Amino acid sequence: MKRSCLLAILFASTVALPSAHAATEADYKAAYAAAEAASKEAAGMRNQWTVTVSALAAARKAADGGDFDRAIAAAKEAEALAKASIFQATTEKEAWKAMEIR
Amino acid sequence: MKARLSLLLGSLGAALVAFALAAPRVVAADKVDPAADAKAFQNFFFQKFPNVKHEDFVNGPYSMNEDMKRQWQEKEEFPPYEFALDAGKEMFATPFKNGKTYADCFPNGGIGIRQNYPYFDTKEGKVVTLELALNRCREANGEAPYSYVKDEMASLTAYMAFTSRGKPMDIKIPDDPRALAAFENGKRYFYTRRGQMNFSCASCHVQSPGERIRAEILAPALGILNAMPIYRSEWSGMGTTSRRFVTCNSQTRAVPLEPQSDEYRDVEYFLSYVANGLPISGPGARP
Repeated sequence: MKRSCLLAILFASTVALPSAHAATEADYKAAYAAAEAASKEAAGMRNQWTVTVSALAAARKAADGGDFDRAIAAAKEAEALAKASIFQATTEKEAWKAMEIR
Repeated sequence: MKARLSLLLGSLGAALVAFALAAPRVVAADKVDPAADAKAFQNFFFQKFPNVKHEDFVNGPYSMNEDMKRQWQEKEEFPPYEFALDAGKEMFATPFKNGKTYADCFPNGGIGIRQNYPYFDTKEGKVVTLELALNRCREANGEAPYSYVKDEMASLTAYMAFTSRGKPMDIKIPDDPRALAAFENGKRYFYTRRGQMNFSCASCHVQSPGERIRAEILAPALGILNAMPIYRSEWSGMGTTSRRFVTCNSQTRAVPLEPQSDEYRDVEYFLSYVANGLPISGPGARP
C-alpha cells in the first residue's frame, strides 16, 4: 500500500512538474533565437515556408502579450518547420532530377 | 576450377559491357542539351494527350477536353481581358514625359515581338523578360517602374502579346555557357519541390494536367506561358507572368521570391524555350 502510494506521488509529480514551471521570457528568447536561426538558414537557401513565417509571428505576438508558454510552443513549431524546409532544400538539390522529363 | 574462372571472367566481361553501355547515358544526362529537352518535353505532352491538337496546348485547361474547349470558344466572344487590351494599347502609344514611347525601346517598334521574349542578354549575362524590358524602358526614359504583379504591367504585355498572336514561340539559346546555365537553372527550379505542400511546378503541370485541384482543372506545362498575361476569374482581374509564379509559390506554402528574381527569369526562359513552335495566344483567360 505504502509502495503504491509512493509511486502515485512520484508519477503525479513527474506529470505535474513541467506544467507547474511557468515559461519565462528567457526561455522564450532562447526558443525564438533557435527558430529564427533555422528560418534564416532556410531563407538563405531560397526555400522559406509561409507557415514558418506565420509561426514566428505567432510566437512574437504571444510573447508581446506575456503568454510565454504559447510563445515557446509557436517558436518550437517554427523551428521544426524551418528545419523541415532546410531538409527539403537539401534533398531536392539532387532529387529534382527524378522528376525530369527525359 | 577452370569453370569457376571462366564464370568469373564472363561476369566481369558482362559487367564491363553493361558499364560501357550505361556510362555514355550518365554523361549525356548531365550535359545541358536544351534542344533534346524541348523535344522530350513536347513529346511527353503529345503522347499523354494524343487527341489534343499541338497548337491547342497554349489554351491551358481549355485544351484538356471538348467541354472545356467549348467554354473557351464562348468566352472568346466577349473576352474578359478586352479592357486590359484597350488600356494597354493606349498606354503603349502614350508618350513618356520626354516625348519618347515604348516603341523606341524595342525592335520593330515593339509590335509582333512577344514570341522572342524572354531572351538571353549576352552583355548582361542574364535572361531578360518582356516585363523586365518594359520597366527598363520606363526607367531609361525617366518614368517610375510599374509593379510586376499589377494591372498596368498586365495591360502593356497584353497588348504586346496580342500583336504577336499566332506567331510561334521563338526563344533562342545562344552559344554561351551562361545561357545554358540559365536554362538549366530554370529547369531545376521547375522540377524542384518546395513549400510545406512539397510541390514542384511539375507536380501540377506535368504529373496532373487535366486533373482537378479543388475546383480548377490544371493546365499542362507545355505552352503555359504562351497565353500570358491572363485574366483569371479567381483573381477577378489580369495577372502577369510574375504574378503567376508568385501565386503558384504561395499556394504550395512557399514564400515567393521577388518578382523578376534570377530564378523566375530562368524558369520563364526554360518554359518558353520548351514551348518553341507553339503559337502565342495571349492575352488569355483562365477560370
